[in-house]
Amino acid sequence: MTDQALTARHGGDWRYWFGEQRGTLLALAVFIAMFAIYTSNHPAGFSADVVTTAANKGVLLALVAMAQTFVVLTAGIDLSVGFIFILCNCLASHIVLGSAIQTTFGVIGVLAAGLACGALNGAIVIYGRLQPIVATIATGAAFYGIALLLREQPGGDVNEALADFLTNQFPGGIPASAVALLVVVLVIWIPFRKSMLGRVVYAVGSSESAAYMSGLHIRRAKFIAYALGGLLASIGGLFITFVTYTGEASLTNANTYTLNSIAAVVLGGVSLFGGRGSAIGAIFGALIFRTIGDLLFVFDLDPLWQPLFLGVVLLISVCLGSFRLIRIRNRLDLFG
Amino acid sequence: MTNPLATLPVLRRLDPAVLTAFGCIVLLLLFGAMRNPNFLSPDYLLLQLQVGSFLAMVATGMMLVILLGQIDLSVPWIITVGGMMSTAAVGWGPWGATFAIPIGVLCGLVFGLVNGIGVAYLRVPSMIFTLGINAVAQGFMVLRTGGFAPQDMATESMHDLATGRLILGIPNPVWVWIAVGAVTVFLLRRTVFGRAIYAIGNRETAAYLSGIRTQRVVLAVFGISGALAAFAGALLAGYSTKAYQGMGDPYLLPSIAAVVLGGTSILGGRGTYLGTVAGVILITLLQSILSVEQIPEAYRQLIFGAVIVAMLLLYGRGAKVAA
Amino acid sequence: MDGPSSAPLFRMEGVSKRYGGVKALTNADLTVEAGHIHGVLGENGAGKSTLMKIMAGVVQPDEGRMTLDGNPVAFGNPAAANAAGIVCIFQELSLVPELSVADNICISNPPKRFGLIDQRAQRRIAEEALARAGGEDIHPLAPIKDLPLSRRQLVEIAKALVRKPRILILDEATSALTAADVRKVFSVLKRLRQEGLALLYISHRMAEIAELADECTVFRNGRNVGTFKSGTKSDTEIVELMIGREYSHVFPPKPAPQAATGTPALEVRNLSWNNRLKDISLTARAGEIVGLGGLDGQGQRELLLALFGVLRSTTGEILIDGKKCNLNCPNDAKQGSIGMALIPEDRKTEGLMLPMSVRDNLSMASLGRLSKGGLVDRAAETKAIDEMIGLLAIKTDGTAVPVGTLSGGNQQKIVIAKWLMTKPKVILLNDPTRGIDVGTKAEIYQLLRKLADQGAAILYYSTDYDELIGCCDRVLVLYDGAVGRVLSGDEITERALVSSALNIGAGQVGTGTSSMAGAGAAG
Repeated sequence: MTDQALTARHGGDWRYWFGEQRGTLLALAVFIAMFAIYTSNHPAGFSADVVTTAANKGVLLALVAMAQTFVVLTAGIDLSVGFIFILCNCLASHIVLGSAIQTTFGVIGVLAAGLACGALNGAIVIYGRLQPIVATIATGAAFYGIALLLREQPGGDVNEALADFLTNQFPGGIPASAVALLVVVLVIWIPFRKSMLGRVVYAVGSSESAAYMSGLHIRRAKFIAYALGGLLASIGGLFITFVTYTGEASLTNANTYTLNSIAAVVLGGVSLFGGRGSAIGAIFGALIFRTIGDLLFVFDLDPLWQPLFLGVVLLISVCLGSFRLIRIRNRLDLFG
Repeated sequence: MTNPLATLPVLRRLDPAVLTAFGCIVLLLLFGAMRNPNFLSPDYLLLQLQVGSFLAMVATGMMLVILLGQIDLSVPWIITVGGMMSTAAVGWGPWGATFAIPIGVLCGLVFGLVNGIGVAYLRVPSMIFTLGINAVAQGFMVLRTGGFAPQDMATESMHDLATGRLILGIPNPVWVWIAVGAVTVFLLRRTVFGRAIYAIGNRETAAYLSGIRTQRVVLAVFGISGALAAFAGALLAGYSTKAYQGMGDPYLLPSIAAVVLGGTSILGGRGTYLGTVAGVILITLLQSILSVEQIPEAYRQLIFGAVIVAMLLLYGRGAKVAA
Repeated sequence: MDGPSSAPLFRMEGVSKRYGGVKALTNADLTVEAGHIHGVLGENGAGKSTLMKIMAGVVQPDEGRMTLDGNPVAFGNPAAANAAGIVCIFQELSLVPELSVADNICISNPPKRFGLIDQRAQRRIAEEALARAGGEDIHPLAPIKDLPLSRRQLVEIAKALVRKPRILILDEATSALTAADVRKVFSVLKRLRQEGLALLYISHRMAEIAELADECTVFRNGRNVGTFKSGTKSDTEIVELMIGREYSHVFPPKPAPQAATGTPALEVRNLSWNNRLKDISLTARAGEIVGLGGLDGQGQRELLLALFGVLRSTTGEILIDGKKCNLNCPNDAKQGSIGMALIPEDRKTEGLMLPMSVRDNLSMASLGRLSKGGLVDRAAETKAIDEMIGLLAIKTDGTAVPVGTLSGGNQQKIVIAKWLMTKPKVILLNDPTRGIDVGTKAEIYQLLRKLADQGAAILYYSTDYDELIGCCDRVLVLYDGAVGRVLSGDEITERALVSSALNIGAGQVGTGTSSMAGAGAAG
């Protein structure tokens, strides 16, 4: 009843909600449009198999993009996120095996490893006061070393029952991977967003001085954001193991996923200056990025053009923010 | 940072970080010599300098960019562009073969200038924009080579430039490094352009209000960084007689690490070329020891990353961050 | 009202505070009663802000004692002051731009349910607080960055109210508000007074104080120079209290007023920018020092930046020696044919590169003159630098030391010297003596007069009225982005400066679109 009264008093609620979610909604709309074009041009059409294959590929980048979102929201950056991803892939190909109990412990182990990597980044950046770029490039090298240690050659195995369960379809043709992603959002992102922690992370990213003046625990929140980034990257690492059934310390994958996670975050409406955007937007950003590749495929664009095309899309998307420059009246503000 | 060495009058003018970097070099040399007596032989050391000079080209450009308070993450594929385009030019006939290296450098310059436009005029954070240019450069190269190792070969003269020992038995790339280094020192210390770089890195607002055309300087510096990265790529292609995918990948972290370990502040405005020289030698020796010890790639990466983080924590922390 | 009616709610006795060698507050007393609004008046730098910071726990006093309900208190940090019921309203500094109004209002202690923030309860709290603060029309879900400054100020008040204050401190709370919003804030403040809150209202707008305050305290040079019941003193008496009678500066003699002949070195016609500068016209002749006066933030800084080519899309004309010129960046403005120099407001961020050497800083603006083909001529540079160090008597341990190691006065001399090296014809100064010692100040006054005598036209903004009186041949007093009044010769008195800065009395000129007009009419 109170709600109704409030809604009556503030008829414009949806407008603010829309304003806040604009980036996310835009990414969602673009994704739906592109995906519709993709499936309608796909030889197999809009079938459960096509959707499942697309979901399995998309979820990988979506998880890594979510990981990047946590850090970017604090106005930082994690250039090691792709390396945590492959490190966890290699680890999972060793320990997510055997009986149900062993597998469970394996999964927990992988998640803990990712969390630890993220926490290490956070500790170095926040308590060690190193710049996030340099610190995470260096930790990325170290994580890659550990990954190589775990898997010098591609190989290993994974609990097939679990892998198949999570990469196939649920009854009704719903891709299991998409459901898994939804669970991750509900269990990690939503509580984060609605907790004091999330509030502080957004406040820090938006204006560190204002957050400080309001007496918030800035450093703790930043640290946890980096750690959660590691956790999300490890879920991504688990998932690529389920998709490929192997572990591989692939430098190419690590670099590509790091770069694409930034692209996905930008496409999903998350501000690289921190404080604005949502991991859900980043998920759709990731799906868009993946669908661009698929679209090029169904339209028979020479695959050789793909990397260039994706690079240009990335470049244009990071330049979109430059439109704000037109409004600047005091040139000193350019340097702020 | 108080360093007891820095209180000596002779050393007072040297940055403590540069001294620390040279100290680390001495320690690495001692460590290497203990493990293997050949480590200190002139031949081996010259070889290190030769290998290091490729990194030095990249690090020189990176240093100028970092002095501005920016970063250039596009070097991996601009290096590859330099390598691939210069070898490709060889295939265009005698004219192309003669100008192979300039053509490669020119391509790098173009990519660098685009970086500069993005950072200086569109004011996109350099970290993001240069990552994007890296992807675009990769896209162009994939398109050009069809995703396979290109069949083009470097010319004899390119190979000579990268491997020969024309003067005094010192490897040619080391001479190239000395030349590029001398020009850089001259640029930074004696020219208006060099003053402007430091000024912008310290306080872009103050530089702008002093009547410096800051945007042009930033544009030019990114252009130089691109050109030098491509030049390094051309040298590398000469060294291994061909260019290949991913040839620039091993240079990103080492070039940044060399600059920062050499005492240049990652926030810009402070640093000397001598420090970058020390950083390059330090990184090269570290990599060399890791490979001489026949440590597997995995441990090498791990130790390399850990050592760099440790050294940065030791003396690379920006004072401004603490505020 | 919790406290016993006998003891005042809050009392401060003999409180002093110094920053380095500068006394910001000396032996200050203040008594605040529940259910009263206490106005605090004073010029720029009179110690009002320090007083507020001490009460809010942001800085700690060097000596003196404070009591709350008769019990001694000391606040180590803002949280402690908050807990005691003293809440301060900052100017937009503490609002997070990307978060919503409700998020900001409840930022430090949001209501929770199952460990998560209860959006519904938070919204209810925010709406109640907004209603109390007179901002019913502000939507609690609106992001702060979309609100105009005046609305943000109301959100700040609401944010303060949810902390359940007993004493609310407002520092220049209306400086960004429109007349209608000022009325609104005033009615809110009056209602809060009725509810038994004590309000400390810091302002240099006398009309506002006259309307709101029950008692007033006037500060001057860090001292409490008078506390009185509102309405017992006239505006003139209050101005006398604010300016006092202390002249400690040494000013060079001014030349006899010259007849306005010939082309002025600098002429500005109808300059406007972004609603912050409104149709400003002025002239400055060679040999003349023209002052810019008025309260802080009335467009003086923007005017100087606009002349120097920093601001985009200005309208109006700038003429140098009668020639129209189009300046798009400082580089244009410093070229020989224009010959402008700007000594910026903040020497630490705009004037100097602190970690760089004295030498690098001094030659930074004149590298064009000191180089050939992009190569710095070291000999010419050294000669020019030595000349400047001699001319301005800069005390430095060689030219290789970082500028950051010099004293504030010497740093400021370097900023000035750096621009004198360009041989400027038009010199713009933005409060160049702020925070430097008296001796150096006097040297700068002498220097300015000497430069003028040598043929420079000088535009000089100062927040110190003594300087405007002592140095300037004419003074333009800016109010709300427009030239409010022009004083010349003997007209430049402290009383005229203060009253035209406050836009009251003394042969008023009409710029009556501002908030002051609305507030003044009722007062």
